[in-house]
Formats: sequence, structure tokens, C-alpha cells
Amino acid sequence: MKNRVVITGLGVVAPNGVGVSDFTEALKQGKSGITFHQELKDLKFSCQIGGIPNISEEKKKEYFTDLQLRGFNSSGILYGCISGIDAWKDAGFDTNPDSKLDYDTGLIFGTGTSGVEKFREAIYKLDEGNVRRLGSTVVLQTMASGVSAYLSGMLGLGNQVTTNSSACTTGTEALLMGFERIQNGKAKRMLVGSCSDHGPYVWGGFDAMRVMTYKYNDNPEKGSRPMSASASGFVPGSGAGALVLESLESALERGAKIYAEVLGGEVNSGGQRQGGTLTAPNAEAVQRCIKKAIENSGISSNDIEIINGHLTATSKDTLEIENWTKALNRNGKAFPYINSTKSMVGHCLAAAGAIESVASVIQLNEQFIAPNSNCEDLHPEIKKLVASEHIPTEKMDLSFNILAKASFGFGDVNACVLFKRYMA
Amino acid sequence: MTNQELITKLKAIVSPYIQDEEAFKNLSEDTDFIKDLKINSANLVDIILDIEDEFDIRLENEDMEKMLDVKSAMAIVNTKLAG
Repeated sequence: MKNRVVITGLGVVAPNGVGVSDFTEALKQGKSGITFHQELKDLKFSCQIGGIPNISEEKKKEYFTDLQLRGFNSSGILYGCISGIDAWKDAGFDTNPDSKLDYDTGLIFGTGTSGVEKFREAIYKLDEGNVRRLGSTVVLQTMASGVSAYLSGMLGLGNQVTTNSSACTTGTEALLMGFERIQNGKAKRMLVGSCSDHGPYVWGGFDAMRVMTYKYNDNPEKGSRPMSASASGFVPGSGAGALVLESLESALERGAKIYAEVLGGEVNSGGQRQGGTLTAPNAEAVQRCIKKAIENSGISSNDIEIINGHLTATSKDTLEIENWTKALNRNGKAFPYINSTKSMVGHCLAAAGAIESVASVIQLNEQFIAPNSNCEDLHPEIKKLVASEHIPTEKMDLSFNILAKASFGFGDVNACVLFKRYMA
Repeated sequence: MTNQELITKLKAIVSPYIQDEEAFKNLSEDTDFIKDLKINSANLVDIILDIEDEFDIRLENEDMEKMLDVKSAMAIVNTKLAG
């Protein structure tokens, strides 16, 4: 008998809102977190807009000691720790530095790369022959598992502590890895999530690939346009999302607030076959991932009422919608409601899956669908597949029980998870 | 520079890294960085860099190995400043 798994804590650091209450408000209002960045212009980026969470110096000091902040220059770890600590507190736990080691709780916190700005600092010093002057924290801030190392120490977690990395599926994959660990009785609780650094050294490679939009530098909030006819590439974002997953038994035992249940999911890869490449998805594998996720959750495709898509605002959005219609065997008016959180926060890359999973759980828990901003001009090919009223451009209040969230990433990797409203 | 002036400067340098306030308040020549002040051993390299910056000297790996308490830090800084 496998354990049922529920969500008992949420934390988020998003370009349009830091903390669950601000982020919830931003989702309801369709608030954009995309702004113009002079630094990108000075560096001659084609795309000069992006999503960067607003974290004050005072806020940093609430989460980090002065010593931890000495020479600290890793925005991903910063965002990850803030979201992780918030989720942990939200679940009803404290962050006493002398707490007893908790062997029942683990941590899977993903990232694409860590501390690129710190790494850049180090490379300059190193190339000047000054390796001896790097200081003690270059390794901790630039190792992929840096965020997990910082966070697990702040909370005193004693189960598995690790970092996963699978491009833009990272956060959704972390969630499913933690889910399976609890399901199989290896842990009572898993803090899961993902984070991504902001800035030119993370975003530059994408700009070079010409996959980011260059058409909205004068109108940043209009730049991220998933599913629209005028979508012209994604807008880069950054931040972190975190969720406390817990066995239903443990959550009930301690009378915890329950946001939603994780029914199940699937991760797979298209193997860069049948049209799949390093950067493009194998459509058959995407559809299989969704179908398997449904099967593993013990529901039918007709039970899905809302989809929070990957939907980045590139030419691949139409293909994604087509994949959903085929995987669910539903289209037109029979297709579920669908939205893309990226219309408000941009594509937060390795953090996307976690931020959007948090957004999904908030919408499920509060029974609304966040608007698809900038989608007034729905793409004609998408309109042929899905009834346009199922792609709301305004916030909608709706009673619903099951939401599907999917993320897809470079390397032809896929993840899909099913959330269900929890009724006590 | 008198010994007292030197101790005052060293005290300011180590202050961000200490984990034992009481031992720090009573800091003397005999205070051990790790045993008394509970400084994380990884941070000793940061203290070395801060001392280099403060006194405009260069400390070698051998100096660092010896620099485990206030007394040895003072001796090494004085030697470098005299040299």
C-alpha cells in the first residue's frame, strides 16, 4: 500500500510577487513581473527585458546571517533559500538553528546552474593568478547542490538531501522525485522545489540562440505572450518555488493545513528520436508522459479540468497544445481550461516548474484560474484545436478538483504531475 | 603599533566570523580562533585575506597553518610588518 501524499507548505520568490500572499494577489490580477534592464541593453542583448524578483537587503537579513552574506553573490541560492524557508514555516515548522536533526524530512531542490556571478568573480581572480584570494565560499555558491546545502543546514534536515537538474523540467521533476520517496515510505516529508539565477550570464546563451523576444524592449509587460499569434520568443525570468510534500498520515497526525493532494505523475524523455532534438520535443514522448501521469494517478483524462501548461511563448506552443489534445483525446469545447503562468513571470528556466507548480496549487486551493495575459490574439492554429473561451484572458472563478501541470526541457525531457483539491 | 592596537584591529577583523559572543568579549592573546571563538575552520582563509587587506601584507600557506590563535596572529603580522 503506497502512502498518499499531500502538500502542506508553499513558498515562492517570483518576479511578480515574493511570498505566497503577494504572489496569489499577482496571479489574480494578472500582474506582470517583467521589466526593462539597462544592463542587458548595455551588453547588446537582443532581448533587454526579463523577470527578476524584488528582494531588499533587509529581506536578505531575515533569512541569512551577516556571515552567510559576506561575499555572497548567488541569486539562485538566495531565492531558493527564501522560498524553502517560507514553505517550511508555512507548513508549521520552525527554523531554530539548534533544532533536533529531522531524519524523516529530506530535500530535493533543483537548479540549472548555481552562482554564475560568483563563478565569474572567481574566474577573473583566478586568471590574474590570484586563486589564493578566492575566499572560502566559491565552491559552496557555485556547486550545483549549493542551494540544497545552504537550505538543509538552515532547517536541519536528515533524510536524503540532493539537487536534480533537467533544464526547464527541473522543478516539476523535483516534486515528483520527492513524491515518490514519500509514497514509498522512505521519508515522511520532502521539501521540494527549484531555483534559477537571474542575469546576463544565465540568459546570454538563450539570447544567442534567438529564442528570446526582441520585439518588446519598449513595452516589457507585453513581451511574454504564450499562445498568442504575436508570440515571438520567451522572456527570461528567475526566482524559486518550494513545496512541502508530506504523507497524508503525517499531515493528519499533526493537524497540518492541507493545500492539495499530489495524485501522481510521470517523467520521461523523448530520447531525441522521432523529431526530438536537444532543443525540440519528441511529440510522441510528450503525449506518453501525459497519458502515463494520468494512468499513474488513477484517474481518466476526462477528469482533468485545468491545465497549467509549459507554454513559453515560442513557436512550440501550438505543438504543445496539439500534444495535450492528443494525449487527453479532447479538443474544442471538450478541452480543459488552460493557462500559462509565464505570461506574468516569463520563463523562469530551472525555477519554472517549481514556481508554476506553486501557482497551480494556489489556483486549485483558491478555486480560480489566473488570466493568460497578452493572449488577446490567440494563435489561429491553437484556435482550431481548443475553444478560445477555454483560454481565459481574464481571471475566472471556478469550482474544480483536478489540475494537470507539465514542464518540458532541453535534452528532450518531460514531466507531468496531477494535483487534486483536498477535501477533509 | 602597540600590542593593544594590534589586538583591537584583529578583534574587528574576526568579529564577523565568531560564533561565541562571550569568548569574543573576553578576547585576549591566549584566545584560540576555533576552540574559543568557535570559528568555522573554513572561515580561517577569509580571516587571512582580511588581515592581508588590513595590513597590506601577504601571508603564505605556512603562515596560515600557524595562525590558530590571537598570539600567533600577532606574531606573524608583526614579523611581516617589520620585514
